[in-house]
Amino acid sequence: MNIPGSITTLLVGIGLTIVSIWYGQNHGLMPVAASTDAPRVDKLFDIMMTIGTGLFLLVQGAIVYSLFKFRRKPGDDTDGPYIEGNIPLEILWTSIPAVIVLGIAVYSFDIYNSMGGLDPMDHSVAHHSQPSHEMAKMPGAAIAGTLTNVATADAVSAPLAPTATQDSVPVATSAPAEMTVQAAGMQYAWIFTYPDSGVIAGELHVPVGTRINLAISANDVLHAFWVPEYRVKQDAIPGTPTQLSFTPSLVGEYPVICAELCGPYHGAMKTKVIAETPADFNAWIASQLVASAAELDGAIALTALTAAEKPVDQFLAPFVDPLGVDAATLQQLHSAHAHPSAS
Amino acid sequence: MTQLLQDEAVKTPQVPPVQEKKREWLKYFSFSTDHKVIGIQYLVTSFFFYFVGGFLATLIRTELATPEVDFVSRETYNGLFTIHATVMIFLWIVPAATGAFGNYLIPLLVGARDMAFPKLNAVAFWMIPPGGILLLSSFFVGAPGAGWTSYPPLSLVYNKPGEMIWILSLLILGTSSILGAVNFLVTILKMRAPGMTLNKMPLFCWAMLATSALILISTPVLAGALILLSFDLVVGTAFFNPTGGGNPVVYQHMFWFYSHPAVYIMVLPVFGLISEILPVHSRKPIFGYKAIAYSSFAISFLGLIVWAHHMFTSGTPPWLRMFFMINTMIIAVPTGIKVFGWLATIWGGKLRLNSAMLFAMGFLSMFVIGGISGVMLAAVPFDIHVHDTYFVVAHLHYVLFGGSVFGIYAGTYHWFPKMTGRMVNETLGRIHFALTLIGFNLAFLPMHKLGLEGMNRRIAEYDPKFTALNLVCTIGTYILAVSTFPFIFNVIWSVFKGPKASSNPWGGLTFEWQTTSPPPVENFEIDPVLEIGPYEYGTEEAVKIIKAGPFLALEAAAAQG
Repeated sequence: MNIPGSITTLLVGIGLTIVSIWYGQNHGLMPVAASTDAPRVDKLFDIMMTIGTGLFLLVQGAIVYSLFKFRRKPGDDTDGPYIEGNIPLEILWTSIPAVIVLGIAVYSFDIYNSMGGLDPMDHSVAHHSQPSHEMAKMPGAAIAGTLTNVATADAVSAPLAPTATQDSVPVATSAPAEMTVQAAGMQYAWIFTYPDSGVIAGELHVPVGTRINLAISANDVLHAFWVPEYRVKQDAIPGTPTQLSFTPSLVGEYPVICAELCGPYHGAMKTKVIAETPADFNAWIASQLVASAAELDGAIALTALTAAEKPVDQFLAPFVDPLGVDAATLQQLHSAHAHPSAS
Repeated sequence: MTQLLQDEAVKTPQVPPVQEKKREWLKYFSFSTDHKVIGIQYLVTSFFFYFVGGFLATLIRTELATPEVDFVSRETYNGLFTIHATVMIFLWIVPAATGAFGNYLIPLLVGARDMAFPKLNAVAFWMIPPGGILLLSSFFVGAPGAGWTSYPPLSLVYNKPGEMIWILSLLILGTSSILGAVNFLVTILKMRAPGMTLNKMPLFCWAMLATSALILISTPVLAGALILLSFDLVVGTAFFNPTGGGNPVVYQHMFWFYSHPAVYIMVLPVFGLISEILPVHSRKPIFGYKAIAYSSFAISFLGLIVWAHHMFTSGTPPWLRMFFMINTMIIAVPTGIKVFGWLATIWGGKLRLNSAMLFAMGFLSMFVIGGISGVMLAAVPFDIHVHDTYFVVAHLHYVLFGGSVFGIYAGTYHWFPKMTGRMVNETLGRIHFALTLIGFNLAFLPMHKLGLEGMNRRIAEYDPKFTALNLVCTIGTYILAVSTFPFIFNVIWSVFKGPKASSNPWGGLTFEWQTTSPPPVENFEIDPVLEIGPYEYGTEEAVKIIKAGPFLALEAAAAQG
């Protein structure tokens, strides 16, 4: 057993590196990567996991080794060696972590940039004051559009119906490069509006391969739009529109989770993002338009008319129970219209 | 100034020694100005609230044992986690780490007879029980349910009376914290024994200097945020209320300007405790005294400029996210200096593996995990994925439980003989440690995976696919709850029946070990003069000092001096 200490250290170091690299690649902690950004985030996480595992093993190894190796022998009441410090060693363990964290910071910066996080359009909410204005009106209509039943719809003809159909995009066969969807968070649901076609839905349908720009707003309290499989999250802030961009890469259904505490039913505020092939997506849009032409146009029109006549909170008062909100929240909704922009 | 204050301390009429031993315990319920009494008042009070907070945590985990909402109502659940966090932060870790150990140890460590402002000190303590009772009383009117972060607009519309009680309670506790910080700063800067320059202070004093500075800079901002929030709540102003044109994100900035430094307020004093405990039980000097001392200030300063990393998804502009990301990551450097310094202190020592040392090493081991996940969370693209998930819950518990709570346990075991004059039962202490370590890791390690896979925090119900891991977490929590029983039994039994402790059971070199256990009313009979650095283990002088016994408390020594 006369192996020199330096050889042992070297072997331990090699072993530690191998284990760290292996675990960094095979931790299996992340869910499916279903957007084009997700693999980039995962790569960053893998690297941090590799470094983290190495550091973890180093420190825990030193502690466990000390527990056995440096335990006080019974009857030995003397002190240990008088070692107050070692400047070169201290410089070493200051500079190595400094270099590592700066490296991670630069790499994170790079990843963030490649995800479009530094795009000028994401820079400031001021650019989007116009859309926010429209969005502020949208959710009231959206709620009513989904909830108004036929009984209330019969009285009114549908002056807005032709407009809605005219505005809709012609059913295309290929996916557009970019698409804007408005997402309004409220206690306890998301309402997604497709401005191109006027379709309103409670679930987010997206074509695979298209850059989705989500224009996020909140009607009552803070919410956050999170799709774990896409690795993206953005708070919805009342009075301040926010943005989120992602490109779905896999066909499938993934949960949309509200990640910011929004009240007692916060845990129940869930919906789905349904990523489809462009053809399926267009078919879905078309089916929505047909449905709305048949029934919902009336409802939307009614909503638009009624909303114009009455304040939204009064108009929505009968729906307080089914919506799971209280009157105070509605009051806010109303005021939000009176003062649509906080900035 | 130092001399002057101490001369005055000598001149003040001696408090007559305790006449009737029977009634001695009453002083712990009095407006005592003795820093040791106040320190123990803080410690016992904060442990009481720790068990309250732990009970709430057990209820939370019982609800989360199954995916459905089947144990408490959703409203109650939100109240539980809000009060759990508030109690654990403001009534357990802050008062225990700063109030209890700060008050008990600082005068002893610097060789003073009491704190600089003893009455202020007593006032600061006596704000804690009313603040705590007020907070718990909110359960009778509907507990606040907006989380301990209390973000508007939710905090402005949900359970308003409870929210108002929460604000008042925090204002009281914050004031108490500020009063304590002033006291620590003045005591450390002005009342050190002759010969004790700043660079010869015990490291706990360095940690408390950095902590007190942080408290004084950041707590007023929280108070400001809460007062504005209460205006929005009660009189209908619109500082943060978007319906009147207010901006809820401004509250988040003000809140985190305090609440991120609050993490360091909770963990820096514990760093100090660990720096005291490890050398004593390793029988080796602390490795790199100056690096450990100054890194406290580096952490304290950097801690003030990282707050917006809690707000990466709050619409913070991208360039600002980069600024806060880099600052946050740099904190890993001074923290790493400490961790490696502690490891090197242990390395090659002669470790006495008693309960205090085991908890101190447990601290080191667990805190490193929290540190690693902390650097990960600083990376913006990754944080955007895991923000507000169980990954963050895991991270913060590794920092504040694996860090602060393990450290407070270590400190409690280490100074128990000094505080009570009795030794604890080491077997029960080791059982306590083993149960705590196992329970803690079962409860919080799986949460990393839960968060990464998509479980968000602050929810009473969750996706059934997370059931198995949540059950593990719940079992871990029950083990943690059970782990406190041997501790409570040990402490109560030892106070009355434990073997008598000598003045210096661990062979420490700081002043508190050179006086009796427990120390006399004004700590020392003669004014201490620094004869040896606090960590000079392995030297001849150290052996001499340790053999000299409680010479600072002996009348004979006073006569000679």
